[in-house]
Amino acid sequence: MPIRETFWNIPHWAEIAQYIAAFLTAAVFIYGVIRRIQRWRMGRPEKRPGNFWNRIWSLVTQVLGQRRTLEEKYPGIMHFSIFWGMLVLAFGTALATVDTDVTDLFFGFQFLKGWVYIVFELTLDILGLLVILGLGMAVYRRYIAHPSRLQNFPVKKLAGDDLYVLVMLSFITLSGYLTEGLRIAVTQRDWAVWSPIGNAIAQLLLSLGDPTNQTLHLIIWSLHILTAFGVLISLPFTKLFHILSVPLNIYFRSMKPAGALPPANMENGMGVKEWKQFTWKQLLDFDACTRCGRCQDVCPAYASAQVLSPRNMMAKLDAHMWEKANGHSLHGDVVSSDELWACTTCHACVQVCPAFIDHVTTFVDLRRYLVDQGKMDKMLQDALGNLGRYGNSFGQSDRMRAKWTMGLQPAIKDARREQVEYLWFVGDYASYNASLTDVTRKTADVFQKIGLNFGILFESERNAGNDVRRVGEEGLFEMLVDKNSQVFAKCKFQTILTTDPHSYNALKNEYPEGDHGRPEVLHYAELLDQMIAAGKIKFSKKLNYKVTYHDPCYLGRYNGIFDAPRRVIEATGCELVEMPRHGDRAFCCGAGGGRIWMEEKEVKERPSESRIREAAGLTGIQAFIVACPKDFTMFKDAVKTTGNEQNFVVKDLIDLVAEAL
Amino acid sequence: MSQDILVIIEHLRGQVTDTSYVMLAGAHQLSQSSGGGVVAVLLGHNAQKLASNLSADKVLYVDHPALAEFTFDAYQITLENLIKQQSPRAVIFGHSSIGMDIASGLSARLEFPVVSSCRTFTSEGKFISQICGGKIMAEGDLPAPTALITMVPGGYKAESGQSSQPPSVEIIAAPALGDLRVSLKQYIEPDTSDVDITKEKMLVSVGRGIQNKDNIELANDLAAALGCAVSASRPVVDQGWIPTTRLVGKSGKHVKPKIYLALGISGAPEHVEGMGDSEYIVAVNTDINAPIFNIAKYGTTVDMFDLLPVLTEKVKQAK
Amino acid sequence: MKIAVPVKFVPDLVEELTIDPGGTALDTTWLRLIISEFDDHAVEQAILVKEKNGGQVCVIMAEADGADDFLFTAAAKGADQLIKLTGDFSNVNNHALARAHAEVLKDLHPDLILTGVQAHNDLDGSIGPLLAEYLGMPYVGYVAGITIDGDKVIARKEYAGGLIAEIEVKLPAVLGIQAAEQPPRYVAYSKIRQVMSTAKIEEKPGSALSLEESIVVSRMFLPEVAERATMLEGSPDDVAAKLIAIFKEQGTL
Repeated sequence: MPIRETFWNIPHWAEIAQYIAAFLTAAVFIYGVIRRIQRWRMGRPEKRPGNFWNRIWSLVTQVLGQRRTLEEKYPGIMHFSIFWGMLVLAFGTALATVDTDVTDLFFGFQFLKGWVYIVFELTLDILGLLVILGLGMAVYRRYIAHPSRLQNFPVKKLAGDDLYVLVMLSFITLSGYLTEGLRIAVTQRDWAVWSPIGNAIAQLLLSLGDPTNQTLHLIIWSLHILTAFGVLISLPFTKLFHILSVPLNIYFRSMKPAGALPPANMENGMGVKEWKQFTWKQLLDFDACTRCGRCQDVCPAYASAQVLSPRNMMAKLDAHMWEKANGHSLHGDVVSSDELWACTTCHACVQVCPAFIDHVTTFVDLRRYLVDQGKMDKMLQDALGNLGRYGNSFGQSDRMRAKWTMGLQPAIKDARREQVEYLWFVGDYASYNASLTDVTRKTADVFQKIGLNFGILFESERNAGNDVRRVGEEGLFEMLVDKNSQVFAKCKFQTILTTDPHSYNALKNEYPEGDHGRPEVLHYAELLDQMIAAGKIKFSKKLNYKVTYHDPCYLGRYNGIFDAPRRVIEATGCELVEMPRHGDRAFCCGAGGGRIWMEEKEVKERPSESRIREAAGLTGIQAFIVACPKDFTMFKDAVKTTGNEQNFVVKDLIDLVAEAL
Repeated sequence: MSQDILVIIEHLRGQVTDTSYVMLAGAHQLSQSSGGGVVAVLLGHNAQKLASNLSADKVLYVDHPALAEFTFDAYQITLENLIKQQSPRAVIFGHSSIGMDIASGLSARLEFPVVSSCRTFTSEGKFISQICGGKIMAEGDLPAPTALITMVPGGYKAESGQSSQPPSVEIIAAPALGDLRVSLKQYIEPDTSDVDITKEKMLVSVGRGIQNKDNIELANDLAAALGCAVSASRPVVDQGWIPTTRLVGKSGKHVKPKIYLALGISGAPEHVEGMGDSEYIVAVNTDINAPIFNIAKYGTTVDMFDLLPVLTEKVKQAK
Repeated sequence: MKIAVPVKFVPDLVEELTIDPGGTALDTTWLRLIISEFDDHAVEQAILVKEKNGGQVCVIMAEADGADDFLFTAAAKGADQLIKLTGDFSNVNNHALARAHAEVLKDLHPDLILTGVQAHNDLDGSIGPLLAEYLGMPYVGYVAGITIDGDKVIARKEYAGGLIAEIEVKLPAVLGIQAAEQPPRYVAYSKIRQVMSTAKIEEKPGSALSLEESIVVSRMFLPEVAERATMLEGSPDDVAAKLIAIFKEQGTL
């Protein structure tokens, strides 16, 4: 009867030696893991409570299901193969250990026999192939295809770390097959056909003769075992540690809305100066990074100037946290202010990271320190100064905030004086930017035509603070929140309505609850969509334009509003053509996170221009539709600078609605 | 007590400043209502020749080695004595790096009132001062008995303060000028390796409205097409986007091109001082209330970022 | 080295300025005050000197809306002592203000006094040279750079045309600051808030507020509109065409 012949051809001393080695390995392994945990615990405390079943479920989908990893085909299949192959092989080894050292040793029976054993052998034999396939793909990708995101690591020894993992895993798999082949060549059991690979190898080795094969078997077996222990020993000390750190990172990920930043560290100044001021979860982030570079590929800052690479930031911070002399400031030595200011906080990196690392939170924490030290460019200083004094970044009087309403008929209601259903939070750009006045007035006109009972706050509105917070000026953000909240408290309304995704995000996710709880916050795309669905907006014209739509970061990725604006576009009778990067993969315009207030450093290609060229690649589109005031100005400029003025125009969503009404 | 108007002539490294002539022109206007003469006061060392083209009824010249170049103590002591001696109706200083250093101190010492930022005088002899960044004008009677005045350029043409007839010069003895607490160590000359913007026929000048360093290229492109130079106002130079040699204004160059194209310049007095005499000022500024439109011949509120590429293209075609 | 920085507030030019019905003063209903830009530079310069040479910085200002906030901001930047002059300063001219400052400064015995070279609403001289006279110190204005050299200071004084004079001044002295060596720094709100709980503002009565040398304004008005530019209207294209015509007419094209 087929049966597992564990320790065939293995002398007793080797068997004993293996068990001793196993205990030593376990000891080192445990030491290594504890060392990691201790290091994380040096960070600031942070609670990641609740959602137990959600967290478990994400382990199932993201670890076992490899969902995010599989979002990219080649690397996805590659990793999936290695992951599942190694997992089953490891599980098989564990079963064999139980078979020999538990059931056989203590109870005198083996369960790996008969058809169970045949299934066992066949499965392991085939999954070994899967691992080899995955490793082959990995070797090809890393050393032959060599995509840019796997190049130029900021920490040199990381290339060795990557190579080590591939070599060790390849050796384990190949030596495993060889051991099996040598055993079959000598034992020649009739169930060997169920180990097709091992059996094939055995046929090649037969001619060497039994004594040679037996000797070879012992040697290869020993090497196989040693490598396996080597992998286990090195697991907590090398890139292999991601096997543990990534599932942990996925389990402990934030379950709060993506648009709600955690508050700033206020001990010893604001923000993060030294690594221990990060939270334990951020330190775990650094340890979870496998520098796969997906973040770098989607990063608009990297694409435009190569100053910032989220991958490099994680690698550098991780290397620093393990350095012996690491008590000093991170700023200058480890990360540069240019890198930090380059981030648009578009969240694309976070969205694609298979390890669920939250880069943006880390960048903002580091920026908070720079702001605390007053280290920023003059333009940003001026903008923040203006926001503090006048409540807007334009440095114009707050009394001019509602200047755009002049001459509008009927006059817009003052929400501070009369009750309204919708409180329209207009936002800085829509209020002050001269090139947006027409759009803002048109928006008011549409709101009137569709019968909204709405009002605005006139000079009492302040910048909502979304980007102030992302710049790292937490104190100013709190002040702006206070001022707006005080005004909200005095007004009677049901819903806050805004056209600005940045204001929308802060108001929806970061403002405190008022006396009557948190008011509903709607983006105009959502409201228009709801009203169209309810039959409250009827269009008289079908526009028949061919258009594309740009997802604003703070509407799409941050708040998951992808469908509403698309339904509105289609309701106006336009044909929507998607750009290659759309939905949660939409490419940022480059203005977010306070970038619009900062000096522009030398760039290869502005993100907004890259985006417009992407749209220009679509055949026959007539308009580029935006749903964000900042986008409107950014892309109008980019259409000009890329010479696409003859090809298509930038339109606000409201332009389509107004025209179709 | 006389009705004369004293004008404290300013000179640097052997050259009378333009502001001095403007002050003389103003003094002539004021003297019409006061009824006195215009008396230029020149302090210097071997500098009597500087008096030759001053339009004044008389020049009082004080010579002393310590007065060779402007310094605080020497000028203040000399003028304190001189003003006491002359007891004029008014003393006009420049609202400048020289006049402002001493006028207020003398006001406190002599207990004579001082009027700042005077731009013009009315025919009745009232002062009109320009304050609040050029946004507000204040008019009032000249305070008595002796009014000290610091005068900004812009109200009168420098030429009106010049004369081909050398005035009569009266030499006044210098007071004792020992124990001076302030001394000039050296002058640091402005960099002359760059284009001399004072010699350009046309200037494309950029202000705060240019927003960032990259946009300077738009101005450079236009200037290149026009074959002229780019200049700038203080905020742009302070940012380091354009070298100091191109600075127009009070602390920069004083330019008089045929056309001064002001892009995103609000027109603060400090800037206007350096370009107000340009023949044609053409202002591009989205803020319709910008004071620059008060001195410009032509203006537009079109966004310069829309205008510049089109304009550059058209200039190229026109050539 | 003890550095005193007397500063003052001026009308914020971002706000629309209007004349009061009397026609002789600014309408205060809409008036908002802001630190005089040059004084802000003076504070920065004082802190730069302190950071380089050590010493103490004392910022002094008259009571006004927002004075406390400004003083705390200065403390957050690095000022060591904050003094607020109390009293009614609503109609005080620069002579009186300088005298009030001088009273307090006499007791402080500063080695160096830095203040803005001017303020945009100065009508009766500027504070710096007035203070110098009241305190018997020398004065140098239009300073954009300072080096302390024992009991002397080397000031970089700016003249028109980009000429700079290096002036040596014996201390104690008053310097009128045109621009600090670097733009005034930004202070995070959290820092200001922190300072508010620790820093103290000393209040001293502002004395000698008589208005002897007052300049009487009989009419205040906005610059004449008649002199305004001819506006070129239309699209960027139209405006560009009109400009080309002007350039050609003037022979610059």
